[in-house]
Amino acid sequence: MTELLIKSADLVGKGRQDVLIRDGRVAEVGSISATSLKGTGAEVIDADGLVLLPGLVDLHTHLREPGREDAETVYSGTRAAAMGGYTAVCAMANSYPVADTAGVVEQVAALGRAAGYADVQPIGAVSVGLEGKQLAEIGAMAHSAAKVRMFSDDGHCVHDPVLMRRALEYVKTFGGLIAQHAEEPRLTEGAQMNEGAVSAELGLPGWPAVAEEAIIARDVLLAEYTSARVHFCHVSTARSVDILREAKARGANVTAEVCPHHLLLTDEAARSYDPVYKVNPPLRRESDVAVLRAALAEGVIDAVATDHAPHALQDKQCEWAAARPGMLGLETALSISVLALGGPSDVDWDVLAERTSRTPARIAGLEAHGRDPEPGAEANFTLVDPSASWTVVPEGLASLSRNTPYAGMELPVTVQATFLRGRATVLNGKIAEETTQ
Amino acid sequence: MKHLLTTKELTREEAELILDVTEQMAEAVTGREVPKLPALRGRTVVNLFYEDSTRTRTSFETAAKRLSADVVNFGAKTSSVSKGESLRDTALTLQAMGADAVVIRHPAAGAPQRLTEWLDGAVLNAGDGTHAHPTQALLDAYTMKRRLGGIEGRTVAIVGDILHSRVARSNIWLLSKLGANVRLVGPPTLLPKDIDDWPVEVGYDFDASLKGVDAVMMLRVQRERMHKAFFPTANEYARLYGLDERRLALLPDHAIVMHPGPMNRGMEIAASVADSPRATITEQVTNGVWVRMAVLFLLLTNGESK
Repeated sequence: MTELLIKSADLVGKGRQDVLIRDGRVAEVGSISATSLKGTGAEVIDADGLVLLPGLVDLHTHLREPGREDAETVYSGTRAAAMGGYTAVCAMANSYPVADTAGVVEQVAALGRAAGYADVQPIGAVSVGLEGKQLAEIGAMAHSAAKVRMFSDDGHCVHDPVLMRRALEYVKTFGGLIAQHAEEPRLTEGAQMNEGAVSAELGLPGWPAVAEEAIIARDVLLAEYTSARVHFCHVSTARSVDILREAKARGANVTAEVCPHHLLLTDEAARSYDPVYKVNPPLRRESDVAVLRAALAEGVIDAVATDHAPHALQDKQCEWAAARPGMLGLETALSISVLALGGPSDVDWDVLAERTSRTPARIAGLEAHGRDPEPGAEANFTLVDPSASWTVVPEGLASLSRNTPYAGMELPVTVQATFLRGRATVLNGKIAEETTQ
Repeated sequence: MKHLLTTKELTREEAELILDVTEQMAEAVTGREVPKLPALRGRTVVNLFYEDSTRTRTSFETAAKRLSADVVNFGAKTSSVSKGESLRDTALTLQAMGADAVVIRHPAAGAPQRLTEWLDGAVLNAGDGTHAHPTQALLDAYTMKRRLGGIEGRTVAIVGDILHSRVARSNIWLLSKLGANVRLVGPPTLLPKDIDDWPVEVGYDFDASLKGVDAVMMLRVQRERMHKAFFPTANEYARLYGLDERRLALLPDHAIVMHPGPMNRGMEIAASVADSPRATITEQVTNGVWVRMAVLFLLLTNGESK
């Protein structure tokens, strides 16, 4: 029997309590004396001044394994996740080979279990090779040991309306959903950054907001028509929020995520021509950022998802147009979510838990995650220090890659500890080196 | 001034200084038996061209040689770049060789700015993607100053493919900074979106925009653009936005016709207009050498000793 007592943590901002964890599950919540512990060698953690949150769940992580282990591995990526307060990540399908077969998704899931830092739920590809032509063996992936429920061609839009319709219909057989990367490909040929005043000046081909909005509008209609579930990845524009609000008001079965970088950074960053700011969809305008923040607080946008996209140095130390899009996110997402939801002193921790843990867990179908500390719940938690701040140093991150757009920035809130089934993956702000149970 | 990357970052004083030094360069060299100045003796200028541009490269090379600099042409098409060497590695190589200035032409916008992060020497942007071509704008401004007696208060129409034109962008910032009124003319498909804050008037009607102009700057338009629906056909483009004799007659008598070259005769400019005495096209080429001498001189000597 293993026991862990977390003393006087502020439980999701609702008041201080003690949490007793026994064999990976919450045994008791309340005022618990250390002397009441049964086991020998039970661990007691003083969480005075810390906030306990349900472990964060990321709907959108690129772990790069198999295929680009020079940029990230399941091991390094889940260590980064743990450092960011995550207990579960959904691994996107654009690996090499693509996660479009049962074999690949089972491999990714197994690598996650072997690493032991966070639960890894593979996302399957919608189409073979992400090519948007033929449906991948979605059923085989759903019925594999990896139990895939979410399918996405992320990086590519499922732009063929017939393929999208069929995919939406097909996943209904097992309660699955399609996570759409909304980007009308003809409107974004050669696109390098948000189309607007800044792109006009910089001479970089523009990625118009309407390319995202047109696909979201279409797929909302398709989801309603087919009575299917659709989830929108990395929503980045104000008009997308309008479309989602209307869809939800009608009762459409749609959910949406926003990335931390779209809640903080704008296309002004491209003026440096430093491709660390190149990402797809691109950084938008200040006015979009404001609308996205409001939509996240309100719940029109359901979840924060990192789109953690590690890239090797040479893929960013180059011309803007030659660089690969994407930025690191796992280790900074919590801090930026707090900023976007009002800052460390004003944030509603319950709303934060809803957007970063409970709702994404529900969307991904991860029943053991996104649960508050209640007796019987799996002990997947993170302890954060709301009064601390930290400075982002790329070399200090757990990710193998360095492409964070926040280098040198001081961010609020630190992750003090992360627990996966009661076992610390991070303790005292440091990664736990022994994880295998 | 350490580098010359865009005209937007120049102050009006810096721009005027460059134009003044340009005039001095022209005067100092013109008519000399040996058209050379010793100002940059012992300095190395590298021409790093990732796009074919014999015109611009030759102009920079001539300018550097007239200042007695050593010129190295690092033709990216014939060097290890074609084997896939990164811009950063090339920069580190040039740095190791001790380049005092690197003149870069690159198809990617922002490449010169990236280069400044990896090199200690001066970086001169000789055209980056659809972003900027500052020496072209400076030579255009110099040509206008010579032909029109000044720039302040003059009206310039820039016509054609503004969207894909680094020449247009650089001229907009420079000419407006020097007090000119700038009109952009072209079909909406070839104008960038969201340019309400630019210091320009925007029009779609070429005839109407010619009223009261002092200079018309025609931009090269690639015929291939019609395949991406920017305009229906080359003929229709020429009818609506080409400068022909009829339109030339609409210009005030003193107005000049400019083109950065290379021209598509019969497309954006009729052959007879290109060859008319009001066209400054070859004069622009000559002025390009003086302007590039001035810029190289100012960047490499900080303006000390002439």
